[in-house]
Amino acid sequence: MKDYFLKLWIGLTTILIGMKVTFRHLFVPAVTIQYPSVKPELPERERNRLYVNMDDCIGCDQCARACPVNCIEIETVKSLPTEDLGKTTNGKKKVLWVTTFNIDFAKCCYCELCVFPCPTECIYMTDVYEFSEFERESLVLDFATLTHPERLEKKKNFEVLQTQKEKEKAAVAKKAAEEKTAAQVKPVEPKQDSKEENKQ
Amino acid sequence: MMYDWLYQFTGSSILAMFIVSLLPLFVFILPFALFAVLMERKVSAHMQDRLGPMRVGYHGILQTVADIIKLLQKEDIVAAATDKNLFNLAPVLVFIGSYAAFAAIPFSGVFIGSQIELGLIYIVAVTGLVVAGILMAGWASNNKYSLLGAMRAAAQIISYEIPTLLIILTIIMITGTVSLYTLSEMQTAYFWNWLILGGPETGIQKILFIPLMMAGFLIIYISTLAEVNRTPFDIPEAESELVSGYHTEYSGMKFAMFFLAEYANMFAVSAIVSAIFFGGYQSPFGYLGSALNLPWLIPIEQFSWFTAKGLFFIFVQMWLRWTLPRFRVDQLMEFCWKYLIPMAFVILLLVGLITVL
Amino acid sequence: MALKTEEMVLNMGPQHPSTHGVLRLELQLDGEIISDVIPHIGYLHRCFEKHCEAMTYPQVIPYTDRMDYLASMYNEFGYAIAVEKLMNIQVPERVEYIRVIMGELQRIASHLVALGTYGADLGAFTPFLFCFRDRERILHLFEITCGARLLYNYIWIGGLSHDLHPDFIRLTKEFIKEFRPNLKELNELLSYNKIFIDRTAHVGVLPAEAAINYGITGPNLRASGVKWDLRRDDPYSVYHKFDFEIPVGSGEKGKTGDCWDRYFIRVLEMEQSLKIIEQAIDQIPDGDISSAIPKRVKPPEGQVYARVENPRGELGYFIISDGSVNPYRIKVRAPSFVNLAVMGELCKGHMIADVVAILGSIDIVLGEIDR
Repeated sequence: MKDYFLKLWIGLTTILIGMKVTFRHLFVPAVTIQYPSVKPELPERERNRLYVNMDDCIGCDQCARACPVNCIEIETVKSLPTEDLGKTTNGKKKVLWVTTFNIDFAKCCYCELCVFPCPTECIYMTDVYEFSEFERESLVLDFATLTHPERLEKKKNFEVLQTQKEKEKAAVAKKAAEEKTAAQVKPVEPKQDSKEENKQ
Repeated sequence: MMYDWLYQFTGSSILAMFIVSLLPLFVFILPFALFAVLMERKVSAHMQDRLGPMRVGYHGILQTVADIIKLLQKEDIVAAATDKNLFNLAPVLVFIGSYAAFAAIPFSGVFIGSQIELGLIYIVAVTGLVVAGILMAGWASNNKYSLLGAMRAAAQIISYEIPTLLIILTIIMITGTVSLYTLSEMQTAYFWNWLILGGPETGIQKILFIPLMMAGFLIIYISTLAEVNRTPFDIPEAESELVSGYHTEYSGMKFAMFFLAEYANMFAVSAIVSAIFFGGYQSPFGYLGSALNLPWLIPIEQFSWFTAKGLFFIFVQMWLRWTLPRFRVDQLMEFCWKYLIPMAFVILLLVGLITVL
Repeated sequence: MALKTEEMVLNMGPQHPSTHGVLRLELQLDGEIISDVIPHIGYLHRCFEKHCEAMTYPQVIPYTDRMDYLASMYNEFGYAIAVEKLMNIQVPERVEYIRVIMGELQRIASHLVALGTYGADLGAFTPFLFCFRDRERILHLFEITCGARLLYNYIWIGGLSHDLHPDFIRLTKEFIKEFRPNLKELNELLSYNKIFIDRTAHVGVLPAEAAINYGITGPNLRASGVKWDLRRDDPYSVYHKFDFEIPVGSGEKGKTGDCWDRYFIRVLEMEQSLKIIEQAIDQIPDGDISSAIPKRVKPPEGQVYARVENPRGELGYFIISDGSVNPYRIKVRAPSFVNLAVMGELCKGHMIADVVAILGSIDIVLGEIDR
């Protein structure tokens, strides 16, 4: 019997205490902001969309190797010895032409693992976080600064250089093979001359 | 009064009756339902430290209008394996059940939909149509979840009508009338005459009544809360258990009817509770109109008091909704049959004893 | 002639508002009483363990984040401890302290989600929003430190990715000061509410024997009365330096091991986490956080099993290394996977509405179960 009234009493009081809490919250100002008109201030370390400063990129491929989802695609071409690509901001001399540098932001998981290994700090995260597109292909951003004719030109130059080098290598190898066969024909005389010189 | 004036105006009693009963529907209830939905969203938002609708209109005032337009133009999806007649009839019955109750509620001293002597009993009978509508909706949806929801709703509404009726019996014993109009007229002048504080007769009876009336008010408020399926009694529409219960399969205008009917029902029961216990449209401390000697001001004041009390009780209903978790079905039934009904009986007996002595 | 009855099979399908993710529960009902619950999982399987065989050790860390996405710091913590054990790396003390602070903050954030969604399942919508408002402050703390709110990539092998932000300690102290009254408010609003107690007390009672036999760990085990916490019984990192209590379920509002106990243990654990954070902030030494990070992570051949106390239980990593830069095999012992197995036993004899209450109190995350 006592249980019955106790249950009623506890029920009533706990409900009233709960109602007091909710009533108090009616007068607390809202903690939300009206988003598109008011934007929150993001902290400086926030991880948003990446940006690559191609002036500093030496084409070392460290960022592409560090990425866990393989969203960075880099293709480089060696430059001719005569070309001068300039220096990066921290003094390194660039020797590679970067012909492709695509980052697919649909795949990117925004983990920042690519930012740490970069030796020249040319890849970093910006504060752009509203970049929705209508088509999936528009999320693949191309950062390389060479134009398409220039890329084809650099690749052609490289191939020309390669073929030239191979020719030279072939010529050097042929010459060495000829010298070897020539050395096998005449063996003795040069050795005796040197022995006589040494005795004196 | 309105009826007499219309009768003179049109010369036909049927036309006058027709207009008088339908007038609250179009002039008062529809805009009120729009307002109530917005109020619920804003009140819940501020209780949860956020803002609610802010974009449509100033601070979101036109949000419900936008919602109704959206619901009107939605495709009316009817599942193939349903019982089409019952499916289409269910929202209509629920709608009728809620709105017909407004005919017997006094909006002010001069306007009441119909001068029926059985006011409260008519209201309780007509809200029983809602049960039939809900069962039809649950059955015709051809969905296990909806059927479960509808059965629970039916059990809940029928059980909770009993404490309501017991308290109404108590009121009959004290005041001798069931008509809401007469009840409101009785509680005139000051708030001291309100039934929650004992009623218009003075004497030792009045003092003895006060705790009994307060307990009776709590019982009837809780029972009517259960009749309109509001939390903590919203098992039939429990989102997280049955994915919306008996109105899962409805879309477009039919869903809007269920929705609006719920808010109209909320107002109806708030108005009833305030008419019985808190003086209906009477003001707690005299009328400005009689003080300034402007008799035409009095009905307007009464109407505003009526709306204010109704809105206050609706606010308390919303307050409860956003504070409490919901009951489980068997606990709900246990609460009704083991706690509310015995207490209502005890109150009935005690009030009977006191009136006799 | 006897009435022929049949059991009804009800499907709480993969898309349901209160199954905490894509979980399919097959309920076998006898009227409204449940006779068996069979969980069907696998809707969120993303081949984590197979993926790791193609990644290098540091590249696995973003993947471990995404397993239990509500407690990412602890996933990284467990993995880092396992690889460090394999490579015999000793991290600087400042790193250990920061890891503990981050882990305990993450524990509070995860419990807030568990409590908020549990209230929302049972119909109390307001505590859900209050819990998330508090959680926003913790996520802001994480945001200024490492730049992300949910999937951090912060705890690296041998150290951390960034040092603490200069404002971090001040903001954490402010958070602790403002969170204690909020905890009290949550108790008033939800924990001691009679309707909530009626819904959760005496429901889903898990006796201590059964809990140990099923392999349950974490708050669920402690709620059944068994005082077992990896931070005390198998200490890792610097937990042995802190003074904190292990709350144990006591059957205050019902029987020991019912849903209310499981719910309330989490509230008590949040209080203990606050204590640990306060002590850690006072004791934190200075140092260089990246001094022990190896240039190339190439562990020697061998196997290791390391375990940490996730907010949901014992999270274990079993790593087999064959001497190269890619792990040969990583196996994760996810606590929610083991905890879910007890659903069938707990739900017998209860009603459908209780399934929701029991599932919420076990606190599962599908990302961890399916990996």
